[in-house]
Parts: sequence; C-alpha cells; structure tokens
Amino acid sequence: MVAIPSRHKSLVLLAGVVIVQMLFLAVQIKRDSQGRLIRSWTVGAISPFERTGAWGFGRIRGIWIHYFALQNTSRENENLRRENDALKLQLDQLRSKAAEADRLAPLINFRQLNRNVPMLGARVIGASADTASHTIFLDRGEREGVRRNMAVITPDGVVGKIIEAFPNSAQVLLLTDKEGGVGALLADSRIQKPVGGTGEPLLVMKYVPNDETVNAGDRVITSGMDRIFPKDLPVGTVTEVKPGNPFKLIRVRPAANLERLEEVIVLLTLHPLELRKEPESRVSDAAEKTASEQPPTAKP
Amino acid sequence: MINGTFDLRGAETHIEVHKFRAGAVAAAAIFALVIQALLPVYFPKADILDLPLLVTIYFGLSRRNPSTGLLLGTIIGLLQDSLSKSPLGLYGIAKTIIGYVASSIGARLDTEHPIARFALTAVFFGLHQGVIVLIKRLLLAQPEAWFTTRLGIAAGLNALVAVFLFLLLDRLRKPSGSFP
Repeated sequence: MVAIPSRHKSLVLLAGVVIVQMLFLAVQIKRDSQGRLIRSWTVGAISPFERTGAWGFGRIRGIWIHYFALQNTSRENENLRRENDALKLQLDQLRSKAAEADRLAPLINFRQLNRNVPMLGARVIGASADTASHTIFLDRGEREGVRRNMAVITPDGVVGKIIEAFPNSAQVLLLTDKEGGVGALLADSRIQKPVGGTGEPLLVMKYVPNDETVNAGDRVITSGMDRIFPKDLPVGTVTEVKPGNPFKLIRVRPAANLERLEEVIVLLTLHPLELRKEPESRVSDAAEKTASEQPPTAKP
Repeated sequence: MINGTFDLRGAETHIEVHKFRAGAVAAAAIFALVIQALLPVYFPKADILDLPLLVTIYFGLSRRNPSTGLLLGTIIGLLQDSLSKSPLGLYGIAKTIIGYVASSIGARLDTEHPIARFALTAVFFGLHQGVIVLIKRLLLAQPEAWFTTRLGIAAGLNALVAVFLFLLLDRLRKPSGSFP
C-alpha cells in the first residue's frame, strides 16, 4: 500500500513541481536556440500514433464516402450524366486555358526555372497540441534532409517555415501564428514590408505608412529579403485596408489554405534562392495576359 | 505510471475513490494528446477543444488524491508543451495546478452528476486559461487578453464535451466490488 501524502505534503509537492517548471521555463527563454531533447523524444514517441491516426482517418473517411454516404446516389448519377455531356464540351476550352495558366503560374515558373532546387513533398500528420499556436507536423524529417528554417510552400503559396526537425518528422510554424512572418511586397506598388500572423486566419502587413496607397485586392508576394522564402511566391491578397496610428492596418488573406493543409512542399535548401529572370518580352506578355484574366477585385 | 488507488481518511471517507483498469490513465492521456494533434488537421475548428485538459480534470476528480492529480497534470501538460511550440512548462504548470485543484475538490464534493461536471469543467477551463495568461504576462512578457468571446465559447464547449467524455471514461473504472 502506498503511503498517503498529507494535505500539507501535497501542497509542498505542488509548490515544488511548479517552481521546477518555472525554472525550466526560465532556462528555455535564455537558450531558446538550442534543441530540446524532451521535445524530440515526445515527438518521436507520438508521431507514429499520429501517422497511424492520419492513415486511419483517411481510411474511415474513404469507407464513409464510398459505402455509407450513398443516399440519393442514383438520382445524382442521372444528373451527373447530363452534366457530364455539357462538361465535355467545356473541357476542351478549359484545356487550352489551363495550358496558358500553367505557363503563367508563378509557382510553375519557379519550379521550371529552378530545377536544381531540391524540393520534398510532405504530408501533414498533426497539428499543434495547444489551442493558441498555429503549427503542424510533417511526416518528413532530418533523415530526408529537412532542417530548421527551411521554407514550406504549397502550389497556392507560402505556408511557413520549419522550426524543429526531428529524425522522422518536422514541425512547421504557419504564417498565421503570432510569431509567423515573411518578407513581402505588394506586387503592384512594390511596397516592401513584412507580413505576419495574428493567431487569426488573416495575416497583417505591418509598418505601411498612412500616405501609401494600398487597395483591397492587391496581391502580396514574397520579397526574398527574409532569406528563407524565394522571391515572388504568392503570400496572399489584401482584403481590408484601414488607416491606423502610426501605420495602416492591412489585412491579408493567405494564398495557401492554411486551415486545410494535407500536402506541402519543403524547399530543401537553407541558402537564399535566386530566381532566374525570364526574358523581358515573355514577362511582359505574361503580365498582360494575367492582367486580362484577373477577375475584378472589390474595393473597400 | 500513476495508476494506483488511494483511500481517503477522516471525514472524507464517504466519497468513493475510483480505481482504473491497468494502463487506462496512460492510454487515455496519450489518446487525448494524439486526437488533440490530429483533429485540427481535418476539422480546423476543433482546435477550440482541449482534450488533455479534460482528461486531467477527469482523473483528478475521480482519483481524488492531490499528489497523483498534480503529477498527472504535470506529465500531460509537459507532453502537450512538447507537441506544440510553447515553451516547456507553460501548459505543464497550468495542468499541474488544475490536477491539484481538481483532486482536492473531488475529495470534498460528489462530482458524478453531469451538471456538476459541466460546471466544474467550465470553471477549471477558466482557471487553466487564467494561469496560462498569467505565466505569459509575467514570465514570458507576452501580452495576452484575459478574456475573449472565443474563450467563453471554448469554456462552454469543452464543458459540454466533458460531460460525454467523462461518461466514456467512466467505463475505464474497475467495478467497486473489485477493491482490495
């Protein structure tokens, strides 16, 4: 039988445990740049469960979609057949447009022009265990060459950066986290300012003086000045602009869907990436085509 | 792992101390941490839940021993810190305190009724958040709001989930007759 601690003893124990953890906190704040062994152990122990869970969720979702959620399928099938005929006609038109879009898409250009840049596809296997931070875990780690401060992107835009690399997994700080950020510029006016997270779904562009002109709908791209993200990757779109004191309050909707990430790309380099310039004529042609195909943007 | 049973002495012996199946506490804690990390990937709004906190509260209220309660809270909190980017000890301290307070209250009140569980969980959620904000403000110099609408909603939602989760966790208890 275990001896029963008295009320007094348990209070002492409480004080002791809390004080030890407070000291632990203090040590970390001073040595935040160093890796933490307990974090590595815990992630190493938990990530297999997360992998299994992610696999299980996928299977359950597949079973649900393919076997159980089949109500009204027959009726939908008839409707879909009719739609299919119409869509076939549209498909040929879209194919030509898609080919054009491929030529213009910045990310495709980036990949085509930087074939020598090593990239790695990774699957999201977990999110932050606390409710306040915005981080995710990937199923690739040090063994695949993933290192701290590597950029993480999707075909839609910037996602975040690696903040911890473990042997078989890695932790990514999303742009939306309060400590997340990226060197950015407005694509049209070329105003160059950092964009950071607020803990909310939208980002903010900081330090833009009130006398600068910024409109809702303006595209925000990476500036490359943070030496983590390559230049000209999509960051997001300005959704709201308000005058503030001393700077404008500019909200930016991330280009990548950071709330529903399943697959991402890790850029396996810690060196600043230099995009090779396209010939001027191609760039201007592409810009004109892009501008002509841009949907009208809402003004505030 | 903390999995024994302790009797309460003196005036508190009329409150039952529950014993759990072997490994149940560890399994429930790990399961809660894994689900906490997995759910937001598929359901982003699920990050409003704090399942490790609910597990800490449940075992604190059921086991009714402050020492084991606070140690369980410490372990769960540190593991949660390890799986997030917060400094190790932030959730550790908060859950240590919750584990201690829940165990202390569990030793004095009957906490089996769903309404009592709902109310206690909502209060513990607020206390947990209060400790985190206090640590962030005093130790980490991070300005953090004491209360937001989202926190109020989170407290109610977590308390509601707790009512059903606790019923599930009750099934991990050993039958009363099997006490040595």
